[in-house]
Amino acid sequence: MRERNYTRLGEIVWTEKLANGLQIFVVTKPEFAKTYAFFAVKYGGMDMRFEEDGQWRDTPAGVAHFLEHKMFDTEDGNALQVLAANGAQPNAFTGSDMTAYYFDSTENFEENLRTLLSFVSVPWFTRESVDKEQGIIGQEIRMGEDDPSLRCYYDMLEALYDHLPVRTSVAGTVESIADITADTLYACHRTFYQPANMCLCVVGDVDPNLVRRAAEEILPRQSGRADIPRDYGEPEEPRAVTPRRERRMEVSMPLFMVGWKCDAPLEGPESLRQELIHDLAYELLMGESSPLYTRLYEQGLVNKNFGGGWDRVHGGACFYAGGESRDPDAVRDAIAEEAQRIGREGLDEAFFQRTQRALYGSRLRRLNSFDSVCIELATAYFYGSDYYTFAECYDAITKEDAEQCIRTCFTPERTALAVVLPLEDSDSGEE
Amino acid sequence: MIQAERRELQPGVFLTALRTRKFKTGCLSLHFIAPLDPATASIHALLPQVLHRGTEACPGMEQLSALLDSYYGAYMEPSVRKVGDCQCLGFVGSFVDDAYLPDKPRLLEKMADLLGDLLLHPATRNGRFYSEWLEGERDNLLDRILAQRNDKMTYAPLRLIRLMCQDEVYGVSNLGTEETAKAVRMPQLFHTYQELREHAPIEIFYCGSAAADRVEEALRHSLRELPARRRDPWPETAVLRHAPEGAPREFTERMDVLQGKLGMGFRTGITVQDEEFPALILFNAVYGGTASSKLFMNVRERLSLCYYASSGLHRHKGIMTVQSGVEFSNFQRARDEIMAQLEACRQGDFDEAELHAARRAMVNALRGATDSQLQMEDYYLGQTLAGLDYGPGEMALLLEDVTREQVIEAARRVELDSVYYLTGMEDGHEGT
Repeated sequence: MRERNYTRLGEIVWTEKLANGLQIFVVTKPEFAKTYAFFAVKYGGMDMRFEEDGQWRDTPAGVAHFLEHKMFDTEDGNALQVLAANGAQPNAFTGSDMTAYYFDSTENFEENLRTLLSFVSVPWFTRESVDKEQGIIGQEIRMGEDDPSLRCYYDMLEALYDHLPVRTSVAGTVESIADITADTLYACHRTFYQPANMCLCVVGDVDPNLVRRAAEEILPRQSGRADIPRDYGEPEEPRAVTPRRERRMEVSMPLFMVGWKCDAPLEGPESLRQELIHDLAYELLMGESSPLYTRLYEQGLVNKNFGGGWDRVHGGACFYAGGESRDPDAVRDAIAEEAQRIGREGLDEAFFQRTQRALYGSRLRRLNSFDSVCIELATAYFYGSDYYTFAECYDAITKEDAEQCIRTCFTPERTALAVVLPLEDSDSGEE
Repeated sequence: MIQAERRELQPGVFLTALRTRKFKTGCLSLHFIAPLDPATASIHALLPQVLHRGTEACPGMEQLSALLDSYYGAYMEPSVRKVGDCQCLGFVGSFVDDAYLPDKPRLLEKMADLLGDLLLHPATRNGRFYSEWLEGERDNLLDRILAQRNDKMTYAPLRLIRLMCQDEVYGVSNLGTEETAKAVRMPQLFHTYQELREHAPIEIFYCGSAAADRVEEALRHSLRELPARRRDPWPETAVLRHAPEGAPREFTERMDVLQGKLGMGFRTGITVQDEEFPALILFNAVYGGTASSKLFMNVRERLSLCYYASSGLHRHKGIMTVQSGVEFSNFQRARDEIMAQLEACRQGDFDEAELHAARRAMVNALRGATDSQLQMEDYYLGQTLAGLDYGPGEMALLLEDVTREQVIEAARRVELDSVYYLTGMEDGHEGT
């Protein structure tokens, strides 16, 4: 494997692309008790329509997430139990454009890694097990429907996007998952769970060659294709579909989420730079150290729960910010005004320098966390960049880059606000 | 294993320091230790928030944020937590290690100074905090208390403890109530601040690359104006070893939700201070603490009665709780099954594989905690308040020696105290 020493970060990363197309990253971390393995697929909730044997195939909303649940089933039982019995803490998540399986353990790492590689690459579905999972996932979907923040988030996405499938809930609906069969799951697994469409990240006090050997021995030899055609529809217009959406739920005070639709994100080496610029633009405009945030906080329009950032999926991106507020419309208007002011007057140089320094420090801090290291590595890889170059990348970002970004993205027609109001006849007492 | 070093900087002021170079950051925290009390809970929750609004040198959020940004995105956040019958309030900070910064800015000293300023030199007007900061933070506290209702998965466990321990100190919420939050005024807040600053025991924690001597020196400098205090003990946590007469008590609350929550509270008779505690950890893991536990395997996987079902410990108080998300129509079946699985543990109806899995999971989690500065900070503060000096790595070693009989023995001591239902407005569930 190829060793690379990122001296500014004090990190050593070993990489290799196997003959079957699988990309491996091993970040060696001496003295840590845990070793963490993260096996990711470039496939998520939005990949509902894709090409299979030259034909377009439509699958129900929620299938990637359903598949994630069922992957733990093996011919001999359940991989979750096998890993847990061997001292590992396994889990998985499905996002809009990524599915990942991971565990950490402080012992028996190699054995656990082999279990992970094996259960993710060998599907085993039966009609009974699929039927049963519909009940379990149905409960999870209902739980999501009771979650005001999650509802608010999807309301915002639906208001921003006309058809980009990121607006569809990753878990699907009780109705949509009813159409999922073992056959659907096999087809999705066959199409997307191919080494060339995946990456493996390991972090800990571990021998990189052990990781490579395990992957070579367990995973399929044939590579499949790296660029699986997926249909997300026509490119979206820059304009948000609806400026405002509102619903009522059992909440103590209004929740809100504002979104600003951006152009589709870059793919390739420049994608990391784009991410850092957008990150910076968010902080400069309304991050915790910004004049705007202080003003909103002092006016009691936002509280410490206020937060947001820049989010992207293949084919779409947006800024978002939300939290609790007695007047979400005023918050949205204040942000719009501040963005216009920055567009006109530009940013203060000292403020820019400080914020850039702060964000660099935050990214350094996140290198302590193995799961965030793996998510960043895998995300950057799927977008075509090298995450560990962020230090050099920051050096090359200027104040003008951030100003340009704010000027372009924060315009009224790109904005959508979603609000969750308390029930009208809700009695608000705690007791 | 990293050795924690404990030093008394002055009577009643202790530093626990862990030296390791494995992190990119240093972690520094300071807490006043106060008795948990309904009369002061909201004031204590509010105080760090108000202090965090500004110091003499940085009289406002924007100045403070600017300072922290210039320290490479360091933070020093207000903290309030309930540990047994104590309320700990103060600040938790994190900053990048000098080794990764080109100008080697000695951030440990700078952050210790900031901590000293936040505690001893708050921005004041006419000898009091800024009244608008109190008002703003009081509104925020009120919002936080009310917002606890929003996420039912965290709300249900809070309500269970609140109701189950309504006649005990431990039932007091860490933030106080809507009423006590609304009632906070400047004179009490400032008085409480002065009392704490002059008398309260102080616990400081550091984890990072610096030697304890350097940390001590930085703190001696930054806290040089801290008034001398006596070495007072903090309150012992009152522990009910058995469920009260008439148990189980039942509580039902209605909200506009689609999915019900079932919470069950048990008295275990064992706390972190008891030698049976490692056995209790393993029993909890076999029963409902992991993804291979009895509750997960049976209530969720085998019977599909719920989306989640798990158990957890309140280690200072000797309480175990079970939390579950359940369809309204399945409340009774889920409850019966949860009790049936407890009975199975009491009868020793778990095999070596289950015990092995439980032990490995807990050992892994405890060892894993040594990889997180914030988890260690929290763990050590909890240990210190229980009069214990060892960390999660040492606790993991204790688990290795627990026998099957000891696990069964721990299970047999568990008694159901309270059952809590969070149900819909019209679901047919008969509340009591």
